[in-house]
Amino acid sequence: MVKWSDFERAAIQDIFSKINYDVVGCAALSRCLIVYPWTQRYFGSFGNLYNAAAITSNPKVAAHGKVIMAGLEKAVKNMDDIKTTYKDLSVLHSEKLQVDPDNFNLLADCLTIVVAGQMGAAFTPEVHGAFQKFLAVVVASLRKQYH
Amino acid sequence: MSLTAKDKETVKAFWAKVAPKAEDIGQDALSRMLAVYPQTKTYFSHWKDMSAGSAPVKKHGATVMGGVADAVTKIDDLTSGLLSLSELHAFTLRVDPANFKILAHNILVVFAIKFPTDFTPEVHVSVDKFLAALARALSEKYR
Repeated sequence: MVKWSDFERAAIQDIFSKINYDVVGCAALSRCLIVYPWTQRYFGSFGNLYNAAAITSNPKVAAHGKVIMAGLEKAVKNMDDIKTTYKDLSVLHSEKLQVDPDNFNLLADCLTIVVAGQMGAAFTPEVHGAFQKFLAVVVASLRKQYH
Repeated sequence: MSLTAKDKETVKAFWAKVAPKAEDIGQDALSRMLAVYPQTKTYFSHWKDMSAGSAPVKKHGATVMGGVADAVTKIDDLTSGLLSLSELHAFTLRVDPANFKILAHNILVVFAIKFPTDFTPEVHVSVDKFLAALARALSEKYR
């Protein structure tokens, strides 16, 4: 069972109430595909991913960014049991999508960097810590059903 | 994953922009590392104060960024350029090399906060590659 301090709970809720989901989802996924190009292996059907400009303007990337943010929002709404909330998502990623779970950390790092850029100085070390703890729980929950 | 000519140009150009704030960046990145990855505090148990903005964190942040600045000037041959720093980390400090990646990530977060428009995805990938190459050069003498 993950224990959240009052500060951590409030920080996570605050971040997700402030960030623009459309911007953050697209920007984080784009950064992941640009900075860690091997992650493109999972997006063969997305069309033009040939360079950074193509990736950031690709409508399928933007659409998928929204899907990812919707998934994260489920975790934000169920912070006390992300593991159960993500059971089906974990099975999906392991059995159907067959994503190497190490990639979850790459996307998590990109999300952190994009949210940091959006929030600026408000993303203090303490808020940063809470956000990375949240993402660590999300990643662990997504890994749970891999066998 | 070696640095292309374009990567080196990108890193040098971005470094020119961030260099005036290097000490601030170092302090912020180090504070974040200690706060977000508490296991890294084990290397600084000799400090009286590990909080953000404390004197030892400020001083050490500046030292670390001084090393990064030096590495930018030696970007064409990091392995030879950072030989003595590698010996320091390997034999004296004995920092587990996994931590280089952690500090690099925190440096990137600070770049994103302080330079939101300049730290584009293209700059991000080149800088990430550079910090990874720096870490490899620092690890050279470990075994």
